[in-house]
Amino acid sequence: MTTAGAEELPKKLQLYSFFMSSSSFRVRIALNLKGLDYEYKAINLFKREQHSPEFLKINPIGYVPALVDGDLVLADSFAIILYLEEKYPQHPLLPHDLEKRAINYQAANIISSSIQPLISLPILQYIGENVGPDANIPWIQKHVGKGFAALEKLLKGHAGKYATGDEIFLADLFLAPQIIGLTQRFNYDMTEFPLLSRLSEAYMQLWRFHVWHVIVMLSCMACYIRKLQRFRMWRVT
Amino acid sequence: MMNGNGEEFPKKLQLYSFSTSSPSFSVRIALNLKGLDYEYKAVNLFKGEQHRPEFLKINPIGFIPALMDGDMVLADSFAIILYLEEKYPQHPLLPCDLAKRAINYQKYIGDNVGLEEKVPWVHKHVGKGFTALEKLLKDHAGKYATGDEIFLADVLLAPYIVGYLQRYNFDMSEYPLLSRLAEAYKQVPAIQDAMPEKQPDFPIN
Repeated sequence: MTTAGAEELPKKLQLYSFFMSSSSFRVRIALNLKGLDYEYKAINLFKREQHSPEFLKINPIGYVPALVDGDLVLADSFAIILYLEEKYPQHPLLPHDLEKRAINYQAANIISSSIQPLISLPILQYIGENVGPDANIPWIQKHVGKGFAALEKLLKGHAGKYATGDEIFLADLFLAPQIIGLTQRFNYDMTEFPLLSRLSEAYMQLWRFHVWHVIVMLSCMACYIRKLQRFRMWRVT
Repeated sequence: MMNGNGEEFPKKLQLYSFSTSSPSFSVRIALNLKGLDYEYKAVNLFKGEQHRPEFLKINPIGFIPALMDGDMVLADSFAIILYLEEKYPQHPLLPCDLAKRAINYQKYIGDNVGLEEKVPWVHKHVGKGFTALEKLLKDHAGKYATGDEIFLADVLLAPYIVGYLQRYNFDMSEYPLLSRLAEAYKQVPAIQDAMPEKQPDFPIN
């Protein structure tokens, strides 16, 4: 869109996102905290829309979430968030202190490398189909348990109101969607993790997390619950 | 230990590492590139040494690799490398350009599939990551992954493709760019010196 003699208006950011994906959730939080306006482009992973030609044309790798910023297309929530942090420095997502930054990087990576990929939809589907539908729950318990135990120890000396102090930082962006997702989908027992439980409460108090979570719950979840229950990817009540 | 002015010498960096672990390999490359002297502390993951009280006392989380820098202990290779990049800015591991930095941050090979996993889906998962990398780096690669200098993407990638591809019987012809990068990495001294075979704890047999 141009006006006479003027430069083209910069395109809005576009976020390709799946409502249920904790990685998409992390990026949405980052965009909201920084007050960045963006166009939400829904990609339904259940319907395999990430493999559609239209999406692959924009993002040949086919991963979600994906951010489009002008000519740049970027996937991987960690990379997207670090990019947003560098390009849009308002409301910093990392503290100044080097050691505290390092703790944020470590916490975020424990979740994005050691927890979330091991309990992602394709993995749970594979296990459900090839090992058995009841194999998912012990698998989740083992890997989430290991990751959460590590986080309890890591954050013990650093947590304040939130994971690494009294402000929301990178670690919280990764932690909140993971805990919220696990407690909602699997009724995950958090009693062994008192610090993470406390943080979970703090996250639910924040309107940004809560409002989105409620919208998600109301809008779409019901359609998929039965399917997820069959593969034990949702608690069976 | 004191110097002539009565000040304490800064402690050397200590790296808790396992020779064949890919994330440990990545951190060793980063330390070498930055010319950082460090004390190598071997932790044998096959023998469960990461669970021993002596190690847990230093690093309660029990993960390898772990870096000790003075009083600070940090685990997780990605976090360690970003910390090194911020604290020791010599030989930058990230380019200045924001978009190129973003490409370097994208990692499709996670730490969790680093070590000797024999589960078939891990193989499939890593293969998926390699396929993604071939596409991602196609328009950015030069001599190395994102240009003609070694950056973060190379530091994270090198351990997985130098030797890993053959060790786990990946079909190299499916990954022409990664194969070319593997050959380039083998010529880099900082990577050569970080190879598992050159570490004090590399198993002889």
